[in-house]
Amino acid sequence: MAQKPVDRGQEYVRIEGVTKRFGDFVAVDNVSLSVFKGEIFCLLGGSGCGKTTLLRMLAGFESPTAGRILIDGQDMAGIPPYDRPVNMMFQSYALFPHMTVEKNVAFGLEQEGLSKSEIAKRVSEMLDIVKLGEFARRKPHQLSGGQRQRVALARALVKRPKLLLLDEPLGALDKKLREHTQFELINLQEQLGVTFVVVTHDQEEAMTLATRIGVMNKGQIVQVGTPTDIYEFPNSRFVADFIGSVNMFDGQLIEDEPGHVRIRCNELESTVYVSHGISAPPEAKVAVAIRPEKIEMSRTAPISNENCAQGVVKEIAYMGDLSVYLVRLESGRMVRVTIPNVERHADERIVWDETVHLSWHPSSPVVLTI
Amino acid sequence: MNNRGWFRNGMLALGLAFLYIPILSMMFFSFNNSRLVTVWDAENSPTRRWYVRLLENDQLLGAAWISVQVAAMTATGAVILGTLAGLVLARFGPFRGRAFLSAMTTAPLVMPEIITGIAMLLLFVSLEQLVGWPEGRGMLTITIAHITFAMAYVTVVVQSRLAGFDEALEEAALDLGAKPATVFFRITLPLIVPALVSGWLLAFTLSWDDVVISQFVSGPGSSTLPMEIFSRVRRGVSPDINALATIMVLIVATGVVLSTLYMKREEKRRLREEQMARSGS
Repeated sequence: MAQKPVDRGQEYVRIEGVTKRFGDFVAVDNVSLSVFKGEIFCLLGGSGCGKTTLLRMLAGFESPTAGRILIDGQDMAGIPPYDRPVNMMFQSYALFPHMTVEKNVAFGLEQEGLSKSEIAKRVSEMLDIVKLGEFARRKPHQLSGGQRQRVALARALVKRPKLLLLDEPLGALDKKLREHTQFELINLQEQLGVTFVVVTHDQEEAMTLATRIGVMNKGQIVQVGTPTDIYEFPNSRFVADFIGSVNMFDGQLIEDEPGHVRIRCNELESTVYVSHGISAPPEAKVAVAIRPEKIEMSRTAPISNENCAQGVVKEIAYMGDLSVYLVRLESGRMVRVTIPNVERHADERIVWDETVHLSWHPSSPVVLTI
Repeated sequence: MNNRGWFRNGMLALGLAFLYIPILSMMFFSFNNSRLVTVWDAENSPTRRWYVRLLENDQLLGAAWISVQVAAMTATGAVILGTLAGLVLARFGPFRGRAFLSAMTTAPLVMPEIITGIAMLLLFVSLEQLVGWPEGRGMLTITIAHITFAMAYVTVVVQSRLAGFDEALEEAALDLGAKPATVFFRITLPLIVPALVSGWLLAFTLSWDDVVISQFVSGPGSSTLPMEIFSRVRRGVSPDINALATIMVLIVATGVVLSTLYMKREEKRRLREEQMARSGS
């Protein structure tokens, strides 16, 4: 999905040096972060990386051991969940099983002391938005997974929060429904102008939803950027490896100029030429990361003697839209290459045990120093 | 049917006989016309005589009424205290002294009743000497003593019910702007009602058939039904006790059957609705 330009005009959430310890365990480690008004910010990371703890601190269910959280300029320290201008959609949805859909959605408004007619009006408006009008009288256990997810969303949004926190919003849905719901979620967010902070372990979900992604590892934010930034310009081995698949080669810097660098990798015969400079000490140990779709594969040898390798096709996985090839280089290293299946007929395709030449553009490799 | 089938059914019959022959024989003899419990008077039986006499026995009926009141008060008190304890244990995280509280609330489950009884008696006597309350022993002291052990059961039931449902429900309510008290009354309480009902019934039953503790802390004129039965039996089992026991068994059996049927029906309804939701998605 094409990225919309992020409006960095107004900072809405500010996290300043927040640390959370549970006993000896550091769940969140000195995180500083800003979320701008109207954006969808995704916290992405594996399980136990601290992303949920960070979200729970925004909601007010946990308090930071150190650091400050400001929402709309206001320090949230000591403010209980029920007094925060924030609503949360829980991973389990947490629908009240003893109340109908209608009552679930009305619950939050009742706490604000609104009049009955006002509540009824806003509830039915909200149920129409999430297309659940006809299910108003059902109990949660009478709904399908997708419907429950929409009730949870409606219940949180009906309060008209400025900030909505979503904990794995699509985690419990099957693949088809998930894709559909992702776009619905984006539409809804644009329509209502709410700022979203989404926690997810699913990179595809993060890529589709987010205006910006914060990748977390071991309680720390490793990189913050747009999905394109994160994918094309990862700043560390962890991020390159975590987002998408990547071929990573350890190497040594042999030529370091402002406009280009050369790297020698033991697993590759030729040197790697990268058409941009990097900041690293001379002869530093670095890693070269090349995405599988950025490698070209052909039966004929490339003209250049740099940025290329030769190998034998060992595995082919046909995925429909593309095929994944595993190619064994002479060094024994396996390289992953993906080729879009442009042709419908398979006559021309490269098959098992063929010797192939791999090559890539000088702008494709990413040099990682950490 | 093969040999194994016979064996299985035979064992089942023996097992059931072991459990229920005593009760069935007691019911059978409650229709015996003879004064002697163990001698069957074939000529004049069956008879309703002991049932009629039972209804005229004010002492037994009075004791039964006391038992009902004590059991109801015990059950209510135990549910209130047990719910509080269960809530604290299940929801207030790992606070200091949690393990201690947990052990102390459940200890009465394994405490010998006779020790609880003596301890309660000593406490009530010295309290009366020190502060003049409770005045003498009677229904109040029996109820207090019963609550102390019945609440342990309620605590366990409530705690396990709370452990069984998602804490996110309460967090969601807080998140939607409900203050903790509102969360308790509108979310937590409705969800643990089944546990409260079964806890109440359990506490009622425990109080209803307790003899040992009641024996220690009762006063003149406050004999519960089991105490009354016990003291009568010591003078010799009379046939009207059989009649009384038969009635009690029938009441309990009816209650069990009704609640089982109700639960079965609810379960079926729930399954049907869930199926509907799945097919309708």
